[in-house]
Amino acid sequence: MTSHPTASGYNFAYLDEQTKRMIRRAILKAIAIPGYQVPFASREMPMPYGWGTGGVQVTAAILGPDDRLKVIDQGADDTTNAVSIRKFFEKTAGVATTTHTAEATVIQTRHRIPEKTLGPDQVLVYQVPIPEPLRFLEPRETETRVMHALEDYGLMHVKLYEDIARHGHIATTYAYPVKVEDRYVMDPSPTPKFDNPKMNDCAALQLFGAGREKRIYALPPHTKVVSLDFEDHPFEPTKFDHACGLCGATHTYLDEVITDDAGGRMFVCSDTDHCEERRAEGHRGDLLGEAPAEIAGAAE
Amino acid sequence: MAVALAFADPVRDAQAAFRAVMNAMARPGSVQPVAGLTGAPAPLSPTAAAIAVALADYETPLWLDPALAAAPDVGAWLTFHTGARIVAEPARAAFALVAEPAALPDFATFAQGTDVYPDRSTTLILQVASLTGGPVLRLSGPGISGHAHLAATSLPADITAHLAANHALFPRGVDLVLAGPEGVAALPRTTRVTEEA
Amino acid sequence: MYVAVKGGERAIDNAHRLLAHHRRGDPAVPEVASAQIREQLTLAVDRVMTEGSLYDRDLAALAIKQARGDLVEAAFLVRAFRTTLPRFGATEAIDTGAMQVARRVSATFKDIPGGQVLGPTFDYTHRLIDFLLEAGGEPPEPARAAADDTAMPRVTDLLGADDLIERNPPGDPDAPVPDLTREPLDLPAGRDLRLQNLARGDEGFLLALGYSTQRGFGRSHPFAGEIRLGEVEVELFSEDLGFAVPLGDITVTECQMVNQFKGSSTEPPRFTRGYGLAFGHCERKTMGMALVDRALRAEELGEEVNAPAQDEEFVLMHSDNVQATGFVEHLKLPHYVDFQAELGLIRQMRREIAERQAASTPALKEATE
Repeated sequence: MTSHPTASGYNFAYLDEQTKRMIRRAILKAIAIPGYQVPFASREMPMPYGWGTGGVQVTAAILGPDDRLKVIDQGADDTTNAVSIRKFFEKTAGVATTTHTAEATVIQTRHRIPEKTLGPDQVLVYQVPIPEPLRFLEPRETETRVMHALEDYGLMHVKLYEDIARHGHIATTYAYPVKVEDRYVMDPSPTPKFDNPKMNDCAALQLFGAGREKRIYALPPHTKVVSLDFEDHPFEPTKFDHACGLCGATHTYLDEVITDDAGGRMFVCSDTDHCEERRAEGHRGDLLGEAPAEIAGAAE
Repeated sequence: MAVALAFADPVRDAQAAFRAVMNAMARPGSVQPVAGLTGAPAPLSPTAAAIAVALADYETPLWLDPALAAAPDVGAWLTFHTGARIVAEPARAAFALVAEPAALPDFATFAQGTDVYPDRSTTLILQVASLTGGPVLRLSGPGISGHAHLAATSLPADITAHLAANHALFPRGVDLVLAGPEGVAALPRTTRVTEEA
Repeated sequence: MYVAVKGGERAIDNAHRLLAHHRRGDPAVPEVASAQIREQLTLAVDRVMTEGSLYDRDLAALAIKQARGDLVEAAFLVRAFRTTLPRFGATEAIDTGAMQVARRVSATFKDIPGGQVLGPTFDYTHRLIDFLLEAGGEPPEPARAAADDTAMPRVTDLLGADDLIERNPPGDPDAPVPDLTREPLDLPAGRDLRLQNLARGDEGFLLALGYSTQRGFGRSHPFAGEIRLGEVEVELFSEDLGFAVPLGDITVTECQMVNQFKGSSTEPPRFTRGYGLAFGHCERKTMGMALVDRALRAEELGEEVNAPAQDEEFVLMHSDNVQATGFVEHLKLPHYVDFQAELGLIRQMRREIAERQAASTPALKEATE
């Protein structure tokens, strides 16, 4: 865990207080109406739209000096955009950061939910590119907001059913839509559907920020979150035929790494912190020792 | 020029007060400590004052209940420290500050949002004498594992009926923030409330 | 102590150092000063001010230097700076009728009170590369004329005096000024909000959409009623003093299109308007903007809405190049978690098809025997 002094010339966590209040009010409304997308006056941030500006604004609005922040992208703490966002908060908020899921009070994520079960004193902040689960079925905001108001989700079921008719499967593997407390259909952000079950009855507060699309939504702790499916085609989380080559885990989401140009591949945990912890506990995968350092990483 | 600050450390204190309200809203019935603003003019309570200063500004019209509206200092103090306008019609208010919840007007007089924008609703900040020791309410819904309890004092006798009617409007409805000397608790529109037998 | 950061942080730092090195270019060539950009690449500065929504020539010039001449990137830098600035209020509406005109042309009348003023324009230059510029040297002094106090009324005001063009709705000084940088865009938007969106919008996007209306996708029979460029005074109403206080002068370009007339059996026909306004000298931008503004008024004017430029949601949601560039370029970010999920599904589906084919092949063979 590291702590950094704040760069002078910025307000704490970059945003001005009026902007923070505006975002905070939106967060409270989002918590009170789980799964509903609250419009908010997203600000221009010093990083590009589509690169986490929504998550960054939510994190900046909730972060306090006693927080410990973890930032992940694709499950990893050392992907370039995760590094960039973590540095931003180290610089502007002087906040302590960590890579250990269990130590963090606020976790900002892109595309993954950590493998370790989250606790009641944690907040998970998702970066969301397209918050509207119906957007790819109906491109008009003016239409989709009425569909949500009328709880008219027939189009979504038709789309999923067409998948089954054409492919024999629901062909959605990430950003798999969920229904929240039997009311709102919600986009879980582009997390793999492997992670969907973790959203249900989660002990941590989950906040979702979409900067370019100017929406904030939330799942309070212990909220009912159900992946959309059909009785004869129930939701199935992705399963892997492999164990992690580094830590041997069989219950985690794996990245496929191409190791040579002769078809060589290995599968490793996408959640790098979880994988390193397991190795520190003595778990060993088949390929540990053979894997290049860039893949194996540097456990303590 | 020295301007009297409501919060001694505006950035840090506002964040702490907000985080308490956020945690309260995320876990209905739980009591989250808040450092009150002792400089607030009576009958505005220190906890309610801290919440108002943390959340309100010129973009959020405030409505004051008759007890608060009758105290001339309260409106002036809130306007000075937040920049918020005081409005006479509860339906135009983003926040309603209520010093006497027992005399609470019907929730329907406040903004309850629309089907398309249910977030365009009033948040009620109710001052209570205590968040414990009152009649026990049994709570369930999002934010609660199984069920929870809240035993705030000062609420109207028929509060569960009001809350049930409010819950039935979902996703429309108002959200309640209870400010007591122990801190803050919340009853968002999602919470199902019954009297504990 | 846990080492939080591995390869990523060093790679980023090194990339930033290399970027600075490339920005500087060959050190044997003198470094460009932002004052040179401000004075000699003025149209780039104007575009960055307009799309960056901040009137500050020095800042825009510095942003262009920092962005290595990438004007969208420069506008983004200006926007990110602008968002941190405190707001004091909204100024009084500027009066372009009282402009100190540097250029003013009308395509609708041969001559107009105040005359046609060509001003600094590329319009009648021959687009031949001027190799003499390479050598440098001072250009000849501009021609000068005696100061002329002749008023230069706006062409649309002249038409308005004869009731030949639709009247602009009267301004309401007490009406709130909508600002899409402070409130989320709510559709349908009023024309004021639409014009703010278009003023900030990407010049290329507006140019293409405006062009599409000329080619028939939302045709509106436009005439360039007037294009004027010059300085206008900006004033802020002071509550303390009780009157408007001048803050200074800014240069703006205004384009008023005169379009397809509209009338009915009871209402005499009048021309309609399309409006464009931008900081600095941004003529192409304001002309595209005026065409798109008019196209977006189709529904209000009772016209059929069937072209992209007439589609409010389509235009307003995609006009902002800072948003667009961010989201398009975010595809560079790692997506391997999602891609892995797709890989898994596609492999499973291929396996299932292969198994089905394998199972049905012997039966086929039997049947043919």
